[in-house]
Amino acid sequence: MPILKYQNVSKSFGKKPILKNINLNINSGKIVGLLGQNGAGKSTMIKLATGLLTPTFGQVFVDNHPVGIASKRVVSYLPERTYLDKSIRVKDALKLFQEFYDNFDIIKAKQLIQDLGLSFDTRIATMSKGMQEKLQLILVMSRNAKLYILDEPLGGIDPATRDYILDTILSNFASGATLLISTHLIADIERILDEVIFIDHGEIILTASADELRSEYQTSIDEIFRQKFHAQK
Amino acid sequence: MDFHFTNDRPIYLQIAEQLECYIIAGHFPPGEKLPSVRDLALYAKVNPNTMQKALTELEQHRIITTERTNGKYVTSDQNFLAKLRDKHAELTTKEYLKAMSNLGFDKKSTITFIKMKGR
Repeated sequence: MPILKYQNVSKSFGKKPILKNINLNINSGKIVGLLGQNGAGKSTMIKLATGLLTPTFGQVFVDNHPVGIASKRVVSYLPERTYLDKSIRVKDALKLFQEFYDNFDIIKAKQLIQDLGLSFDTRIATMSKGMQEKLQLILVMSRNAKLYILDEPLGGIDPATRDYILDTILSNFASGATLLISTHLIADIERILDEVIFIDHGEIILTASADELRSEYQTSIDEIFRQKFHAQK
Repeated sequence: MDFHFTNDRPIYLQIAEQLECYIIAGHFPPGEKLPSVRDLALYAKVNPNTMQKALTELEQHRIITTERTNGKYVTSDQNFLAKLRDKHAELTTKEYLKAMSNLGFDKKSTITFIKMKGR
């Protein structure tokens, strides 16, 4: 049973087509990489799954329901840029999540924040960019969701922060849940992926098991990705 | 116990190989219960599905067994593990001898060299 399903989905902005007739099923319990270059359509696909955009044609289903109020309950979303109000404190952000989401595990979130050595009284504006991203990730991963959608979680961060983020993702996603991670930084993340989806110019050009691809091509997903896209140019 | 991966081969195979070595070397003794899939995955920093696949691989090679509800155990067949260890040792030795032969050492001078270094 797919947790996320795109059925004949197209999306245009004005006359410009961004996604072209996407048909895709993402099954439960997998960590899936949505891989494509900048402007390939990754974020648009994600925004359709989170209900931030609506398709021009077709339909998106989460857990067998059309995207809407019911689906937002089971989807935990990390956007590309943090959306937290910078003027609030860490404890206010925790309260916000607790009020918004009945599946937010505040005990877990508090523990992770303490592990980071972060005070609950810290104002978000005074935290470094890396720290803000870690906090946002903690909030997102502390929800007991069925589907976690992470948009470019590794964009513009240093290697130590990257390791923290990968560890936090792996240690905290609810058992049996699905993770959809979009990135163009494939080498950093491919180790944790079950499946990969290559997207280019608004079309899905490949979906496969990560390890099967490595067996078949005898090289890394990163390298396969580069080869595919060079071959097309 | 550490796991190291390259991205150019299936990760599950690399885990299976490295776990096999740790078992042969006695880090997990014969008959001992293995940590849960999730704990092993966290330890190796891989996806639990990948760890599960690696364990299935080891199970197919009879290096570990599953007890229906109790989890996974290292085989208690010590004889089997000893034979496996010999097989690995033989392979490693062959590779070493080949590398030495590429450096111009014949078997006899290789043995002399090892004796000298082993002192």
